[in-house]
Amino acid sequence: MIQLEQVTKTYPKASRPSLDSVSVSIEKGEFVFFIGPSGSGKSTIIKLLLHEVTPNKGRVMVNNKDVTSMRSWKIPNFRRSIGCVFQDFRLLPNRTAYENVAFALEVIGKTKAVARRVVPEVLELVGLGGKEHRYPHELSGGEQQRVAVARAFVNRPLILLADEPTGNLDPDTSIEIMRLLDRINRTGTTVVMVTHDSNIVNQMRRRVIEIESGRIVRDQARGVYG
Amino acid sequence: MRLKYVLSEVLVGLWRNVTMTIAMIITMAVSLTMLGASGLMYLQVDAMKDAYYKDIEVSIFLVAGVTEEQRTQLQTDLEGDPLVREVKYESKQEAYERFQKLFADSPDLVKAVQADKLPESFRVNLVDPEQYQKIFDTYKGREGIDDIIDQRRLLEQIFNILGAVQNMALVSASVMAIAALLLVANTIQVAAYSKRREVAVMKLVGASNWFIQAPFVLEAVVAGLLGAIIGFGALVLGKIFLLDGSLRDLTDLLTPIEWSTVLLMFPFMAGVGGLVSAVTAWVTLRFYLRV
Repeated sequence: MIQLEQVTKTYPKASRPSLDSVSVSIEKGEFVFFIGPSGSGKSTIIKLLLHEVTPNKGRVMVNNKDVTSMRSWKIPNFRRSIGCVFQDFRLLPNRTAYENVAFALEVIGKTKAVARRVVPEVLELVGLGGKEHRYPHELSGGEQQRVAVARAFVNRPLILLADEPTGNLDPDTSIEIMRLLDRINRTGTTVVMVTHDSNIVNQMRRRVIEIESGRIVRDQARGVYG
Repeated sequence: MRLKYVLSEVLVGLWRNVTMTIAMIITMAVSLTMLGASGLMYLQVDAMKDAYYKDIEVSIFLVAGVTEEQRTQLQTDLEGDPLVREVKYESKQEAYERFQKLFADSPDLVKAVQADKLPESFRVNLVDPEQYQKIFDTYKGREGIDDIIDQRRLLEQIFNILGAVQNMALVSASVMAIAALLLVANTIQVAAYSKRREVAVMKLVGASNWFIQAPFVLEAVVAGLLGAIIGFGALVLGKIFLLDGSLRDLTDLLTPIEWSTVLLMFPFMAGVGGLVSAVTAWVTLRFYLRV
């Protein structure tokens, strides 16, 4: 599903590479944690997978497509097969939960009728049934993140990327979000999550890839934070 | 649905930023009016050249004491000259009659000039009016010739003035156009900034580039077209109140500007206004959104 082959990424003006010839292979349906201290380069992996940045060396393959050499006009379509959740939720403040999710559908050309059918379903799935018409500021942090997950998942993407999705949430809420991601993973969606929340990693017992100074120092099938 | 979405985004965008939109439309309008005016002037000068050069003559005035022989020789030479289309001889008497007719309004002047004081002349039509200099060079040293005058020279002064006015209009059109372009670029930046969250989400979920950019580009195009419409209105008013109004006498002297010519300026102005806005917006987005 996802292959990084000897990927090196050095940001302009950076003294050392964020990722230093990293090779990783992730199978379909896996749940993978990338852990490591701040600045270790783990968020760069998400950016590479989304083609927000391009590697200086090496190859990034997603869903058997070489992202590195992808033509820029193909990127939007490629991104439709990837869902994405962030620490800061990135919801539109002037739209309700329903509208936030529907917006993601409508801007990729789905009709309002499709949105009316699919959006309540996915909001129900993330546990927001009955709160469709609340605005983000009327929802708690955990609920906002659920909206974000709903938006990421509404297209049934093959891959869900999560960049510190629990970074702004308290421990209990974090665990609820993790349960949600786990459920999404069970539908067959590959989940890649970047985090430094040790509690969560220890509780989930999933594959853990630890990065330090741009290099992989550990890759463990049912790992703990360590 | 997507079309409806794009169009409503355009209107919302224009309205959200309404002072900037108005500034953009006004500069566009002024710039396009200048452009339209200079376009009209250009067509006008062309039409005038066609109309006047057709009838234009080179006058070869003869000295008072010209001999019969010199005159006949000159006529034969002119008639045999390949540059010459037609030669007409004007005797002193004919010159006087023409003079009387021309200055019928000022009888004192007519009285003051005696019939034989006006020079006799050859009126020469050239095959190609531009070849005047050759005729001048060939005949200027001839015995019996007093002066060679090309009417074109007189007209050219008028054309030079018109040309200068046209250049001025073009220069001010370009200066205004630069201001308009900067305003378009700025407006688009502000619009993109105020919609940065939406744009970020659209990029994230994979909305196509055209779909992200279209509302912004169309916003600029709509402003450009509105500017063109206002500018065209200004041209129409200019035609009604200036050309057909207070400058009537001048317009009659020159060839009149037809309504059809004025109408022709509209697609020109709208095209330039729309296209320039679209390109500016698109280039701005390339730098600013990097979709």
